[in-house]
Amino acid sequence: MMVELAAQVAQVAMVLCLAPGLTGLVRLTKARLVGRRGASLLQPYRDLARLLRKDALVAENASWLFRSAPYLVFTVVWFTASLVPTFTTGILLGPTADLIALTAFLGSARFFTALAALDIGTSFGGIGSSREMMIGSLAEPAMLMMIFTVSLLVRSTSLVDVAEILATGELGIRVSLLMAAVALVMVAIAENARIPIDNPSTHLELTMVHEAMVLEYSGRHLALMEAAAMVKLLLYISLIGCLFIPFGIGSRAEGISGFGLGLATYLLKLAAGGVALGVFETSIAKMRVFRIGEFLGGALLLGLLAMVYLYISRAM
Amino acid sequence: MLTTLLTTIALLFVLAAVGATARPGHGNGFAGTVVYVGTMGLCAVNAVTAVLFLTAGTGDAVGLVLPIGPPWQATHLSLDGLSAFFLLIVNGVGAMAALYGIGYGRHEEEPARVLPFFPVFLAGMNLVPLAADAFSFLVAWEFMSLSSWFLVLSSHRRHETRRAALVYLVMAAIGTAALIAAFGVLAGVSGDYGFAAIRLRSLGPLEAGAVMALVLIGAGSKAGVAPLHAWLPLAHPAAPSHVSALMSGVMTKVAVYAIVRVLFDLSGEAVWWWGLLMLGLGCATAGVGVLYAVVERDLKTLLAYSTVENIGLIMIGLGLAMAFKANGLTALAGLALLAALFHALNHSLYKSMLFFGAGAVLVSTGHRDLERLGGLIRKMPITSSVFLVGCISISALPPLNGFASEWLLLQAILSGPQMSQWGLKLAVPVAGAALVLATALAGACFVRAFGITFLGRPRSPEAASALRVDVAMRIPMVILAVACVLVGLLPVLALTPLTPVVHGLMGTSPVAAEGITWLWLSPVAERASSYSGLVLFLTVAVMAMMTLLIKRFVSGRIRRTPAWDCGFPDPSPSTQYTAASFAQPIRRMFGTHLFGAREMVDMPDPGDSAPARFSVEMKDPIWAWFYRPVVKFIGWTTESTNAFQFLTIREYLGLMFGVLVLLLMLVVVIR
Repeated sequence: MMVELAAQVAQVAMVLCLAPGLTGLVRLTKARLVGRRGASLLQPYRDLARLLRKDALVAENASWLFRSAPYLVFTVVWFTASLVPTFTTGILLGPTADLIALTAFLGSARFFTALAALDIGTSFGGIGSSREMMIGSLAEPAMLMMIFTVSLLVRSTSLVDVAEILATGELGIRVSLLMAAVALVMVAIAENARIPIDNPSTHLELTMVHEAMVLEYSGRHLALMEAAAMVKLLLYISLIGCLFIPFGIGSRAEGISGFGLGLATYLLKLAAGGVALGVFETSIAKMRVFRIGEFLGGALLLGLLAMVYLYISRAM
Repeated sequence: MLTTLLTTIALLFVLAAVGATARPGHGNGFAGTVVYVGTMGLCAVNAVTAVLFLTAGTGDAVGLVLPIGPPWQATHLSLDGLSAFFLLIVNGVGAMAALYGIGYGRHEEEPARVLPFFPVFLAGMNLVPLAADAFSFLVAWEFMSLSSWFLVLSSHRRHETRRAALVYLVMAAIGTAALIAAFGVLAGVSGDYGFAAIRLRSLGPLEAGAVMALVLIGAGSKAGVAPLHAWLPLAHPAAPSHVSALMSGVMTKVAVYAIVRVLFDLSGEAVWWWGLLMLGLGCATAGVGVLYAVVERDLKTLLAYSTVENIGLIMIGLGLAMAFKANGLTALAGLALLAALFHALNHSLYKSMLFFGAGAVLVSTGHRDLERLGGLIRKMPITSSVFLVGCISISALPPLNGFASEWLLLQAILSGPQMSQWGLKLAVPVAGAALVLATALAGACFVRAFGITFLGRPRSPEAASALRVDVAMRIPMVILAVACVLVGLLPVLALTPLTPVVHGLMGTSPVAAEGITWLWLSPVAERASSYSGLVLFLTVAVMAMMTLLIKRFVSGRIRRTPAWDCGFPDPSPSTQYTAASFAQPIRRMFGTHLFGAREMVDMPDPGDSAPARFSVEMKDPIWAWFYRPVVKFIGWTTESTNAFQFLTIREYLGLMFGVLVLLLMLVVVIR
């Protein structure tokens, strides 16, 4: 109990500390690949600190929803990130929410971001909100299909159980697991507003989705929204790590003794994920908005196929 | 207990008589106040009675035989767990609707068209779950149908209302006809229409199949199961808002009661492909409902389409229960049924609240069209807050009640592989995909509904000068919002009384006793899946406090400035995103093939000062593929039988003789 509590507290703090660094790593990789020197890994920390020091400018007609959304969105994303096993599966909050609840929590964050974007009544907020909900309406089912596949394999929707059983490697390599992994990566790209779905560094009006939604925010509000996006990226990489690259993660039975190896492999996975994302983003062009449907529809079908394959292989 | 319930129902009819004395003219008047206050009190008494019955936990049915009715059949009434649960839904929401009516009725144009029928409507819905023989069931059902038809027609001066009422009346007639036939098959040639006698009969496969089909037509059309849903989005929004809330939130649940009562209790048969059929209907209903809700621009019609979607989700649960039962997995069947009934309760709570909110918007702005609303969060703080709670609930976001029932439903779906038929093995994952797709689209739909109505800048002068509504309208909304939060955080409140109800129907308990506790929900013993809304909520609350702490350490100041809008702020509210533009990506993605949605842009030549025009055309394939052929067929039959109207007496007598001979021969063959 005490060990689990300590692990939980450590994880809550760790995801917060590591998230800006991960974003910095992705940016640095992208800069190096296109021949620039790039800003240091610490730049996102400095950016957040600078935003926090500034006064928040709020539009005259903004309601309470606009002002409270950053706090809510950040808290929900931060909380969700603390549910995903990172260096150990023995975390206190593990049983409170399963994979379904985790998806729904990320859905709440999206829900409030999209509402806040509509609050001021500008056309950019509207365009971002509308497109985000379109992306979400396909990404969320795709994610749940992936979750169904994994849960049917290990007979649990609890993330902690799933991670532990997958980490033992007794299931081996399965076609359906592979398909689910591809589906999750596709969803992660869409959910984190990455190329080819969205461009995190754009300020071109017609290509923005996530940036358009947070356009009216400034000061600490913007800092919270940016931090939420960073933590979300870390969350998805951790999720892919604990589900599909589960090596080295500490288990509940190991307790404290599993922390060292778990932490080392986790940091390695995180760095690898960040670099891989940077390479992927540099090597691909952004899609037209209305091709997103095909991309995410593909993810949804992959998830569904994975599940159907699983049923067929069970019956054989 | 039954006598208390009957007394209150009789008093509801007395109130209807009081309502009939309402003088024509604006507002509630004395009669209106008496009717609404009285109805509220009586419904509250019934709701408490139902709660007492459910918490007493004996689950034994209480019966009563009244010496009235047709000569061959005394009226049987009975109260068991299932009836009590639905009585709780009817009367809980009914009391709130009556309270809301006190405020809403002040704006009623012709109260004399609402007041007499409102108590009758509630009395009918009270009697349906109590009826224990086919005759009284159908009479109660017709009280419910016809009184709601009158209520739909209350603003009869609008052309659309008259059309909606006509379609509703035809569909209600077809539905009742199907139910009459269903009970006829259930009772068989022996002709004992008491439910107790029906339960004892065992049906042949053909009879059982006919009962299922007829009930799905009869009660399914009332619930709004596709393709018989077409009347629902026309009729529900046409009624006054508190009646819309009752029709969408409660009457559809009474129809669900009828389906559960007949299929899981009276008939008792379970065949696997019935489950498959119900799953298919559920998926189609959910998909059609939510896709129309996403693109709809009338707030109340949008809510009605969303009701269709939720009925689809409940049907998926019932279909799963049927499929599991056919496979002998009664515990899992119970879980699916539990999830379906829990979702029915949740939907009645948040949908009536959302309709109350829409009514408040309608009263204070005079508009239901999303394109005329906007910015109301600043004018109507309470209404907008409760509407937001409803939107979060209906989008199945934790920790509110919509998520809890959806989570249970998904747990049942994940047990799908345990069934042996290939059709079901493949259908269950597809149903799961349809369910989560519908839920995700519902999220988009309600971001749009809330965002366009309450956020942004006002799109009409009426929305800009909206006022807060009467306190009698705000209280029921707040109560329902609190109920949504409570049931979401502590699902045990609803699930503990429901478990014995499901036990009674399935014969085994759906969930082990330790599966549902105050804190934890872990329904499937062999799977370690658990959920705790309360723990989640408290943890998030603590973390939110920590997030708020940054205000102390950084600049906590706020400066109000004009909107930034990428450097090009436009003062005109018409440059905002509209309801149509918000729905455009989803309409393009799903609607192009499904609804034949076509966008037409009429762009004037450069230099021409004429305005550009944009229009969207959508066709509902249901009308083209289902209703038109039916209408054509009816037209053809009436045309071709028209000749019978102009026969001589001789020919008429000959016809009667022929029919008599035919029937006698039929009797001989059957005997």
